[in-house]
Amino acid sequence: MLNLTLKVWRQKTPQDQGSIETYDAKNIPEEASFLEMLDIVNERIIESGGEPIHFDHDCREGICGACSLTINGVPHSKEKGITSCQVHMRKFRDGDTIWIEPFRARAFPVIRDLIVDRSAMDRIIAAGGYIDVRTGSAVDANSLPIPKPDADAAFDAAACIGCGACIAACKNSSAMLFTAAKVSHLGHLPQGQPERDKRVLAMVRQMDAEGFGNCTNQYECEAACPKEISVDHIARMNRDYTVASLKEQLV
Amino acid sequence: MNASTCSLCTIWNSSIGKKLLVALTGLVLVLFLAGHLAGNLLIFVGEEAFNEYAEMLHTMLHGAGVWIARAVLLTCLVIHVVATISLTRLNRAASPKYVHEQTIQASKSSRIMIWSGLTILAFVIFHLLHFTVRVDSGLAEIAKTNPHKMVIVGFSNGLVVLFYAIAMTLLCSHLSHGVASIFQTLGLRSKKSAPLIEKLSKGYALVIWLGFLSIPLAIYFFKFGR
Ligand code: HEM
Ligand code: SF4
Ligand code: FES
Repeated sequence: MLNLTLKVWRQKTPQDQGSIETYDAKNIPEEASFLEMLDIVNERIIESGGEPIHFDHDCREGICGACSLTINGVPHSKEKGITSCQVHMRKFRDGDTIWIEPFRARAFPVIRDLIVDRSAMDRIIAAGGYIDVRTGSAVDANSLPIPKPDADAAFDAAACIGCGACIAACKNSSAMLFTAAKVSHLGHLPQGQPERDKRVLAMVRQMDAEGFGNCTNQYECEAACPKEISVDHIARMNRDYTVASLKEQLV
Repeated sequence: MNASTCSLCTIWNSSIGKKLLVALTGLVLVLFLAGHLAGNLLIFVGEEAFNEYAEMLHTMLHGAGVWIARAVLLTCLVIHVVATISLTRLNRAASPKYVHEQTIQASKSSRIMIWSGLTILAFVIFHLLHFTVRVDSGLAEIAKTNPHKMVIVGFSNGLVVLFYAIAMTLLCSHLSHGVASIFQTLGLRSKKSAPLIEKLSKGYALVIWLGFLSIPLAIYFFKFGR
């Protein structure tokens, strides 16, 4: 059993100032997951008549991208390649103090406590993260030969679950890794070619319009990403964007 | 100006476009530094070699060469500074602070780019007034006949040497992140080439630091040429 001190960000409304509150988390089983630990703490808060700590979660197995906790200053905790819901309490020691904050970015307004509004990412996808096909007579995808390295690269990029940890980890709240993963995923495939230029321009412009910061090549995003999406995709997006905007502006 | 007449505005106003200008102007400055260092090191070859080199700079293309170089470098520096200050301000506005701040793996150098940059800017202004405009009339007099002696006299001042050393150290820090960054911003970095780019960047920064520092240190502490 672990006895912990939690320093949790509490904020009643989006307008509220918000502040850190301290909670004692006593007798937490080591086999509990991080979210189960919060469930236990919340039950005790409810029993004593308080307002539970609000946080996002859904699948609790690392595939949906809903959970979004910054644990001791690192989105999804310092463990590599996992989401908040995959963090286990056995990684902590008795007597630890754990800081729990929301995924912070100016473009991610806090809705309540640890829940932030990540719809800016949806709008980036809506701007160009798709391909146009005629559904009535769509060709069988497998009839198009795709080189293995391209298929692999597209698949690696497609592993992005849209959680926003890259943005929360970035010193500038830049959305480059997320946007690059989405641009790369389709840009590597033959089906994505006809709209390749249009896509990168539209998605980067939406990214800028949402008020995300600019990349300074520090690669905090890659280190925080639960799917270990590579910053190679950012280099590729820089290249694609440069070519597309020069074509658009000068040709 | 409408959109079609201002292609550059569109590039300037986008995050990636502005970063591209930072990388390209940074690249020009990086290449200039290598040439500048190579020329300066002629001071160790001898007074004659150094003065001939200074003479050559001022007479190439009938005297126009040095002005073309100055114009290009100044333009690059201005674009670099204006763009990076703008990017830094946008980035600060975009990113609220955590109460419990943590860095996973970003280097110290990468986190102080604006401060190393602004120190370099202060240094460049001082350096130009010192050795190019020559606001010190005594030094200006010496420079007319003997640029080699101007350098020796210029670096006999402890405060000048101290400021020079601080600026070169921060320049080294700026370059250790900056040179590698150029590759990523231009889209030329990948997992395979990353370790090589990292070594190139740190190696280049080290050569620049040692090279530029060797001159004032030799003059001030080892009485070279004095
Ligand atoms: C000899 C002079 C200089 C050289 C060789 C140089 C070189 C570079 C290089 C190569 C980069 C990386 C570009 C990239 O991100 O791809 C860079 C970034 C940067 N430079 Fe300079 N620089 C110089 C002077 C300055 C000055 C005077 C400032 C003052 C404001 C400055 C501020 C910055 C900042 C803030 C960045 C980071 C930009 C970002 O990460 O987005 N630099 N520099
Ligand atoms: S790139 Fe990684 S960290 Fe960013 S949204 Fe996708 S899965 Fe999350
Ligand atoms: S709750 Fe679905 S990834 Fe964590």
